[in-house]
Amino acid sequence: MSGMLPAPQGRLPEYGWRSHGPGFLGIGIAVGLFVFGVVRLDLAPARFLSGLARLGDIMALMMPPSPETWSRFLVYLDALGQTLAIAVLGTTTAAVLALPLGFLAAHNIIANNAVHFLSRRLLDTVRSVDTLIWALIWINVVGLGPFAGALAIASADLCALAKLFSEAIETADRRPVEGVLASGGSRAASVRFGIVPQILPVFVSQVLYYIESNTRSATIIGIVGAGGIGLHLSEMIRVLEWQQASFIILMVLAAVAMIDAISRRVRRAMMSGR
Amino acid sequence: MTAGTARANHTIAVLPDMQLAPLFAAYRAAAAARRFRLLTGAVIAAAVLALSFVGAEVEPRTFWAKIGNAGDYFFRLAHLDTGAPVWTDPAEWFWGLKRWTRLLGETLLIAYVGTAVGVLGAFAACFVASERLVGNRWGRAAARRVLEVCRTVPDLVFALIFVVAFGLGPLPGVMALAIHTAGALGKLFAEIVDNIDMKPVEGVAAAGGSWFARVRFGVVPQVLASFASYSLLRFEINVRGASVLGFVGAGGIGEELIIAIRRFYYADVSAILLLIVFCVMLIDMGSAQLRHSLARLEGAR
Repeated sequence: MSGMLPAPQGRLPEYGWRSHGPGFLGIGIAVGLFVFGVVRLDLAPARFLSGLARLGDIMALMMPPSPETWSRFLVYLDALGQTLAIAVLGTTTAAVLALPLGFLAAHNIIANNAVHFLSRRLLDTVRSVDTLIWALIWINVVGLGPFAGALAIASADLCALAKLFSEAIETADRRPVEGVLASGGSRAASVRFGIVPQILPVFVSQVLYYIESNTRSATIIGIVGAGGIGLHLSEMIRVLEWQQASFIILMVLAAVAMIDAISRRVRRAMMSGR
Repeated sequence: MTAGTARANHTIAVLPDMQLAPLFAAYRAAAAARRFRLLTGAVIAAAVLALSFVGAEVEPRTFWAKIGNAGDYFFRLAHLDTGAPVWTDPAEWFWGLKRWTRLLGETLLIAYVGTAVGVLGAFAACFVASERLVGNRWGRAAARRVLEVCRTVPDLVFALIFVVAFGLGPLPGVMALAIHTAGALGKLFAEIVDNIDMKPVEGVAAAGGSWFARVRFGVVPQVLASFASYSLLRFEINVRGASVLGFVGAGGIGEELIIAIRRFYYADVSAILLLIVFCVMLIDMGSAQLRHSLARLEGAR
């Protein structure tokens, strides 16, 4: 061909084992692990397909979502309120307890390496226990009911929030603290007027965000008997009352959307109010 | 007002009282408004809290009566049936180690396969949900709604329903994690795709590339690293989630744990919990390492 482009000068970038080897190796390991998992967990296609067919039937039975009677609807509404109460109370308790813990784990407040290391490890350890496990433990301690649920959410989020707060404290600007100290303030005053105003917005917005996400967690802790709407949901699924189950799921979705909207507005108000 | 004395001693310019007065008034009004806003916020927050105290049936008196139980409970967690502290006889404490390790491995595999399927789903969905690549507004809105439902409904609720449809075992657990993961990651992925640089995509289009080629050579190289690191983060979350899937019969170590807790096998509870915590921390550390090396790779390019 006469209109051909001139041959490229110099070396072309290598497209071979050296440049793409690690990538191929990673993909190979990932795919191998996936296949191993499918075989080991016995995820048979036949079972999957027959299950899908049954799932289709269930979806059809869920339509239309309905609470059947008004009195059931009121019961669900009450349980939903309880769920929200659990989320709010659990998160607030966690936040109030997490604040001093956060200061303890922050490097610029307690400049002791041992305390810092131990508190961080402890926070990490407790953080890896799921809310639902906490719920089961608290049920054994305080009995069935929403109180156990609130305690479960508080203990599960205490450490996550403490870690967030300690990071916020560590990244806080030093200059206000130095200013307070330079004008003769005590160390306590430097924390109160130098650090607290900086982390308060972080504190409130994180608490709001956790209330949102805990509304979701609070719906499932009822499954093990720790109060709220989850109890009704798992009951309706167990007795195969699909219309009521789907109605409860819709109620949860509506509640989460509502909390979402409220917390977004509060956060925006806080940002503009400052 | 010390305006006069200040002027006498120094050469600082101070406004006369007549001009200062409105400024002070404005300042006081602003401070009062701020205080009022703060007070309203505090009152609303207190009201919500009081309401939730009633809603969650918290009674301070029973709380103090029961809080002693907590200490008692945690004390028993640390003791064997014989009454000896657990650490004096590790062999007796971890008597079921072999079985528990196998179940823990199953939990990890459920988390891994569930995450992998979910990531593939999210990958497919994000291109539909992103406004950069698909012009069809209705398809986009539909994809976003579906993703929203998938991530708002907790994975355990999906597991409850799937256990009825697919029967007991790991299959419903994997499906539940996959759907929840697809919902959560689909949204994040779509946001990443919305923020890409369009020039490479236009370049491929100008060279005559198909839609597929534009995605493959224009989009994927830009987003792959962030997709991978979000997927790893999700895997960490799913390991925690998979540890409780067994509570509803969807496989893994959860079933063993709920039986131990319900039947008050205290030493077993603490042994299994320790194993889970150890495993989760190990996974978190490995995944953090991988994410950091991914970030380094990205930085080197």
